[in-house]
Amino acid sequence: MTSSPANPFEYAPAPESTSILNLQPSYGLFIDGEFVATKDGHAYKTINPANEEVLAEITEAGSADVDAAVRAARRAYEKVWSKLPGSERAKYLYRIARIIAERSRELAVLESLNNGKPIRESRDVDVPLVSAHFFYYAGWADKLEYAGYGTTPHGVAAQVIPWNFPLLMLAWKVAPALACGNTVVLKPAETTPLTALVFAEICQQADLPPGVVNIVTGAGETGQALVAHPDVNKVAFTGSTGVGKAIARTIAGTTKKATLELGGKAANIVFDDAPIDQAVEGIVDGIFFNQGHVCCAGSRLLVQESVYDEVLERLKRRMSTLRLGDPLDKNTDVGAINSAEQLQRIRELSDHGDSEGAARWSAACDLPSKGFWFPPTIFTGVSQAHRIAREEIFGPVLSVLTFRTPAEAVEKANNTPYGLSAGIWTEKGSRILWTAERLRAGVVWANTFNQFDPTSPFGGYKESGYGREGGKHGLAAYLATATDATTHGGAR
Amino acid sequence: MLRRVTQQTADITASDASLRRFLHGLPGVDQVGAESRAARLGTRSIKTSSKQWALDLAIRMVDLTTLEGMDTPGKVRALATKAMRPDPADPTCPPTAAVCVYPDMVGIAKETLGDSGVQVAAVATAFPSGRAALDIKLADTKDAVEAGADEIDMVIDRGAFLSGRYLQVYDEIVAVREACARPDGSSAHLKVIFETGELQTYDNVRRVSWLAMLAGAHFIKTSTGKIQPAATLPVTLILLEAVRDFHAATGQMVGVKPAGGIRTAKDAIKYLVMVNETVGEAWLDPHWFRFGASTLLNDLLMQRTKMLTGRYSGPDYFTLD
Repeated sequence: MTSSPANPFEYAPAPESTSILNLQPSYGLFIDGEFVATKDGHAYKTINPANEEVLAEITEAGSADVDAAVRAARRAYEKVWSKLPGSERAKYLYRIARIIAERSRELAVLESLNNGKPIRESRDVDVPLVSAHFFYYAGWADKLEYAGYGTTPHGVAAQVIPWNFPLLMLAWKVAPALACGNTVVLKPAETTPLTALVFAEICQQADLPPGVVNIVTGAGETGQALVAHPDVNKVAFTGSTGVGKAIARTIAGTTKKATLELGGKAANIVFDDAPIDQAVEGIVDGIFFNQGHVCCAGSRLLVQESVYDEVLERLKRRMSTLRLGDPLDKNTDVGAINSAEQLQRIRELSDHGDSEGAARWSAACDLPSKGFWFPPTIFTGVSQAHRIAREEIFGPVLSVLTFRTPAEAVEKANNTPYGLSAGIWTEKGSRILWTAERLRAGVVWANTFNQFDPTSPFGGYKESGYGREGGKHGLAAYLATATDATTHGGAR
Repeated sequence: MLRRVTQQTADITASDASLRRFLHGLPGVDQVGAESRAARLGTRSIKTSSKQWALDLAIRMVDLTTLEGMDTPGKVRALATKAMRPDPADPTCPPTAAVCVYPDMVGIAKETLGDSGVQVAAVATAFPSGRAALDIKLADTKDAVEAGADEIDMVIDRGAFLSGRYLQVYDEIVAVREACARPDGSSAHLKVIFETGELQTYDNVRRVSWLAMLAGAHFIKTSTGKIQPAATLPVTLILLEAVRDFHAATGQMVGVKPAGGIRTAKDAIKYLVMVNETVGEAWLDPHWFRFGASTLLNDLLMQRTKMLTGRYSGPDYFTLD
């Protein structure tokens, strides 16, 4: 039998086939249950970031398109969706959840193709969570009166989502909105529209009444038009803190409600009594999962000085086993950066790390010649004053800092304008509780990182945004309190 | 913490208290994290040329085992014959690493295997429970070595370990290793079986791994195959991590042998992936990694034939011994 002499166990390529896809050469906008041509927008191309090949032509919706979508959503809300009992809405959501599960392989392949994330993650994390989210909120639809947030929907929800988890962020937005009786107009990210468009097909397949879900593709201007539309009652946004602030300004003085999931610069705190091998796995999962394109990524590692050498040595060894390459290969751990623009930002901030005196180390790996790639990288000798310790890089770049005492760890962890997530690694239960109590972050993971579940609320403190998504808490964002209902003039 | 091992082993093992201090100073193992890491490694997809290579390697790593009260010379001869030529239809198929038998069957196995290169491993020290006096365990070991055993698979005293008498466990391993010596100055290789299904916690598994390596084990082995659960991927991960750290601290390589419960080629390949990504390719060698198994071999052979011919043949085309 054959064996290659250099490295006998160099895994042969194991690419997932794309033959399962049924991609159209071009896509219109999904408005009122149909794919329609644009009124005042234009076409652009969406690519595979791993090789820069064009995947399909997409429509950038203009303001007339956005208006048509909001009108369709309003009509569907008034005539159909708000009149359906919760148990009927649940049936549609269950049906969508099942179709997603049935088409999971197709969705996973498409997500990896358009986003650049490894198929292992889209297959084992993203798509199963998407389906789980719809199942979870389907269960709430006829039980809202027991949740404690009332049963009155806002009306039309404008939802703008990012490119890092395209379909999962869609699920986080659409599932609770529909369960609570709202209709939606959703704008996927400019670079990752494809799974949202297949989701539109799934809505048709599920016989969802026309206009309940509308999907308008496009970039910032489309999103701006959507958020600013006067007939929108509720805005939900996940993305950068800069855009989040702009949205907050846009809707200030209106009756629009908003939830904003923004950036993060999470501290992952490793105490000297941590389970070191698992902590190293958690550090890797925390920052290299999804190429670090994760708002809750553990991008600041805080290690107790007494175990610093040991943790660093192990981390570097583990990083050397990460496999970077073709996102569709089942053995790939780190895929492509989503866009040239994002790659540029990661490079720029990393170069700042160099010039500010931090030491850069990257795992040795060959970067493909086409597409957008950045090797898994750590910076040591980072201080709180460095830009790479303060600004969200949103890439596979970890800043390593040290601390001496638990109090110092907490102080450094909280010393950021963000507050989305944090991690604690120690074998001592009381230390977990002591630390978690003091961390100002929406999600605190203990001896794990980047774990998600539809039953668990997620959201930030400070500049990481407001409102919670997921779990029972996630319903609150899509239900109007008694006073809201009056100001809407929509008492029921 | 692990740096402390560069102290003299003598310091660590000077007393029960010092040994306990060392073992309990090792970093803990988070169960959820260890199991999810093992499961993640199990999702690697090994195809085409890598799979062919892995199947041949796995065959060369098998300790083909029979440990039954009903073992007879005939059974042992048949097993030894199969070990030398696992696939009678294909002379390119490599032999297994060893056959593993009770001490009284060592002579029969040795006679059949001759100078084929297939080793004879004997389970000694009152296998599988280890519940006998030390001198009986040592006599058991010496018997097997005298009869020609190349390797001794000993069991530790789990009762002593669980009641915290670490030094007693350590001393026994040292004594058995001495009993592995041959008159010509050479020595049978010593594999130390932990019976991880009885030690139960991953913290215990990490501690006993260090204890055995400090005592001079050539190989550390999960299980006897008589207790469930036997080998699992997470337990083997803890062993491999211990071996990796011991090597980093002392420069010495120690082998790892999961035994019991590994029945399919697919499972075997998951173990090889774990070896590759935990300790590295130096351990991808029968000298440093073994499978204690009996039914595994036929599945490896079936998959190997499938890779070579493109077709599955039925179990009737592979010998049952």
